[in-house]
Amino acid sequence: MAANAPALRVENLETHFFTKAGVVKAVDGVSFSVERAQILGLVGESGSGKSVTGFSILGLVDPPGRVVGGRILFDGQDIANAGEAQMQSLRGNRIATIFQDPMMTLNPVLRIETQMVETVLAHQEVNRETARKRARDALGQVGISSPDERLAAYPHQFSGGMRQRVAIAIALLNDPDLIIADEPTTALDVTIQAQILYEAQKLCRERGTAMIWITHDLAVVAGLADKVSVMYAGRIVEAGAIDQVLDHPVHPYTKGLIGSVPSRNKRGSPLYQIPGTTPALLNLAPGCAFRERCPRADPACLEEPGLSEPVPERAVRCFHPYAEAEA
Amino acid sequence: MSAFVIRRLLQSIAVVMVMSLIVFFGVNIVGDPVDMLINPEADQADIEAAIRALGLDRPAHEQYWYFLVNAFKGDLGSSFIFGQPALQLIVQRMPATLELAFSALFLSVLIGIPLGVYAGLRPDTLASKTIMSGSILGFSLPTFWVGLMMIMIFAVILGWLPSTGRGETVPLFGVPVSFLTLNGLSHLLMPAVNLALFKMSLVTRLARAGTREVVHQDYIKFARAKGLSSRRVVMVHVLKNIMIPVVTVIGLEFGGLIAFSVVTESVFAWPGMGKLIIESIQNLDRPVIVAYLMITVLMFVFINLVVDVLYSVLDPRVRLQDMRA
Amino acid sequence: MTALADHGADHGAEQGVGQADSPLRRFLADFFESRVATVAFAALLGIVFIALFAPWISPTNPYDLATVDILDNRLPPGSEGFTGMTFWLGTDGAGRDILSAIFYGLRTSLSVGVMSGLIAMVMGSSIGLVAAYFGGRTDTLIMRIVDVQLSFPAILVALVLLALLGKGVDKIIVALVAVQWAYYARTVRASALVERRKEYVEAATCLALDHRRILFRHVLPNCLPPLIVVVTVQTAHAISLEATLSFLGIGLPVTEPSLGLLIANGFEYMLSQKYWISIFPGVALLITIVTINLVGDQLRDVLNPRLQR
Repeated sequence: MAANAPALRVENLETHFFTKAGVVKAVDGVSFSVERAQILGLVGESGSGKSVTGFSILGLVDPPGRVVGGRILFDGQDIANAGEAQMQSLRGNRIATIFQDPMMTLNPVLRIETQMVETVLAHQEVNRETARKRARDALGQVGISSPDERLAAYPHQFSGGMRQRVAIAIALLNDPDLIIADEPTTALDVTIQAQILYEAQKLCRERGTAMIWITHDLAVVAGLADKVSVMYAGRIVEAGAIDQVLDHPVHPYTKGLIGSVPSRNKRGSPLYQIPGTTPALLNLAPGCAFRERCPRADPACLEEPGLSEPVPERAVRCFHPYAEAEA
Repeated sequence: MSAFVIRRLLQSIAVVMVMSLIVFFGVNIVGDPVDMLINPEADQADIEAAIRALGLDRPAHEQYWYFLVNAFKGDLGSSFIFGQPALQLIVQRMPATLELAFSALFLSVLIGIPLGVYAGLRPDTLASKTIMSGSILGFSLPTFWVGLMMIMIFAVILGWLPSTGRGETVPLFGVPVSFLTLNGLSHLLMPAVNLALFKMSLVTRLARAGTREVVHQDYIKFARAKGLSSRRVVMVHVLKNIMIPVVTVIGLEFGGLIAFSVVTESVFAWPGMGKLIIESIQNLDRPVIVAYLMITVLMFVFINLVVDVLYSVLDPRVRLQDMRA
Repeated sequence: MTALADHGADHGAEQGVGQADSPLRRFLADFFESRVATVAFAALLGIVFIALFAPWISPTNPYDLATVDILDNRLPPGSEGFTGMTFWLGTDGAGRDILSAIFYGLRTSLSVGVMSGLIAMVMGSSIGLVAAYFGGRTDTLIMRIVDVQLSFPAILVALVLLALLGKGVDKIIVALVAVQWAYYARTVRASALVERRKEYVEAATCLALDHRRILFRHVLPNCLPPLIVVVTVQTAHAISLEATLSFLGIGLPVTEPSLGLLIANGFEYMLSQKYWISIFPGVALLITIVTINLVGDQLRDVLNPRLQR
């Protein structure tokens, strides 16, 4: 892999669900890129299409959903329409995944050892003993003590945090180039969450792994990600370096999101609420999807705003962005 | 683990005792035990001797005790028709019934699970819908009627398979079995399929329901995200999860197979204990009836015990709960 | 969603019929939406009609020895008999018209099935209601008996009873009731338990209303939807079981020939290619069981609040 080429570049990705009631454009022209040793935060409310974006990269969108357009360049190669065999050799090997709910991602009736060893054996020509040794090492790396004992255990014998560590260990097994983490800390206690975030960041830096961290929680990406893309109704509405976006949001939605996070500096003053709810994506009307909830909306917003780049590496999809200084 | 087995064992013994009480008092309350247990053609002196021998002149609780003691000694009376000990008669017929029941079990699992898993993985295909309609028929059609149709088609019209009997048997560990000879196998095929149909439908539906539930679980998506082949995902991750309910039901339903072999054995003249009990009921051969009931109860209780233990082996979560309990 | 649908069902049962969009109308509209169910329902009506009026619509009375001619025995379907009458489905070993025998057999099979179903329903539902309503030890005891009974296959239970009781219409009804009651008890108990926890029952209890009144006027009506489904399934099951037992020769006596017995009578002729003696009664049995099951399936879909759109 060339030193400066991004590990993953997604261009105009479109993933639609063809339901009986109509077409749901869950992902509608999403673009972003992530480099080695970099963490991209993909932020949005539930239903914004952030998880579907992750599954699209993995080629795991279930029917009636389908990737209908755009390119997914992984290591310079377009995998948007790659065959199942090729995707299978990438998944769990060069592109690893960590899911949201650690209670649900490990198979309850299989030992941890089985679930780890099979991941190694699916991708590498090694014997069972070597695979087992790797599994043990991976558990050690994520801070699980007495890995031998743990390997023989079943998932229900672990706490939630431990299970998520196991899931991360499984992701690390084949030393991937890219890890897609779909809300991996949402189901955990705050202290455990902090530990996991710390581990993830450290591993990413040490190994030079690119990471996409999907979350609805701006506070999580704040201390973790290098850059962030904010999704709303299947589109990216704002993107940029993490500090820029958080300190100087320009899209009304991002600004609303940040305003709705409680913080010490804002104690006493009422929290901001974004009025209304996320729009249903089924047969979404054209124009800016946020206009119904937007304080700055006007008739111009009936048109679809394009993604502009006010400054390099900074993008916003709005006719009436806030000036950076306003924030 | 062993505490669990011991507790289940004690429960099973309790159920057997309760059932022996029911059978014993059923015989005493519903009919005159003298009529039930003694050959009605015996003369007066014989009857009185038998009454004393059976302890029928004693109070009920003592009689029950005798019944139990004799049952433990393996003495459940002698058949009026055959003149042999009832227990011996049943034990002689048992291998035929067990062979039939195990063959049916084998068929229903071997065919039902793949059909059900397929229908669960691809619920909208024509093949899946056909499988599911077939399973509804398998549920609702009376076994004896399907058996008759099979005889008519495969034995009478096509002449491919023999319609009755067990065919040639060879001893396996001293027990005569049919499935090791071609002739025996041809005799076994139709009754086994006939007996299996109901369970096969059940297993298919269970496997389908289980598969449909399991494939939407996160851990299946995670397994795919790990880059496992769909073969491994289905054969290990899906199958191991659906096996828990399937094994439970198969186990519990094994008793049902033995009970329903009564029908299949009568249709195909299969010389097992099911055919024996029907003939005994028709001939009012009561000692055989009582012996059959006791043996069947024992078998049921034993099967339930085995299923419970198997269940705990398959599902680690049950094991854990039990260790905590 | 489930809670909402449940709530709707409660009101449905209490308001009854009569309004424009009454629950009954909606139920009927939903039921006849499926063409298969409509056809099955029509066929079932036909079968019930035949069973009810068998003596008047049968071409002959197959059990009137004066009209049956032994010389007409084992005629294939469509043959003309000794007296010039056409036997559309042929005759059996004693020269009886198969079509008439089927009509009479349906009458016997259906009446035994329905009778046992009704008795089992009344018995089982009452027991289930009592278990749910009084709870505690009563409930534990009843449900333990139900569990033990259900752990034995129906055919075995029937076999035991018939072995002890002997043949006869009354005896087979007893056996079929014994087989079925536990299902009703379990179903009614389950839905009654849900009802019992609702506020209106607590309110009625606080008003010190009579136990019986609360149970039968308030709790029972709300258990009806699942009960109706169980009734159809169990009736089909009872008919099938009766046919099986009669086929085995331990059910109904020869004087009350149900479909099972007709099939058994023809069995010996089947091997000599005289298939019609067994097949036609078998087809009649089949149609009866399948139509009841189809109607039951549709009822389950329509009455299940979780599936309601």
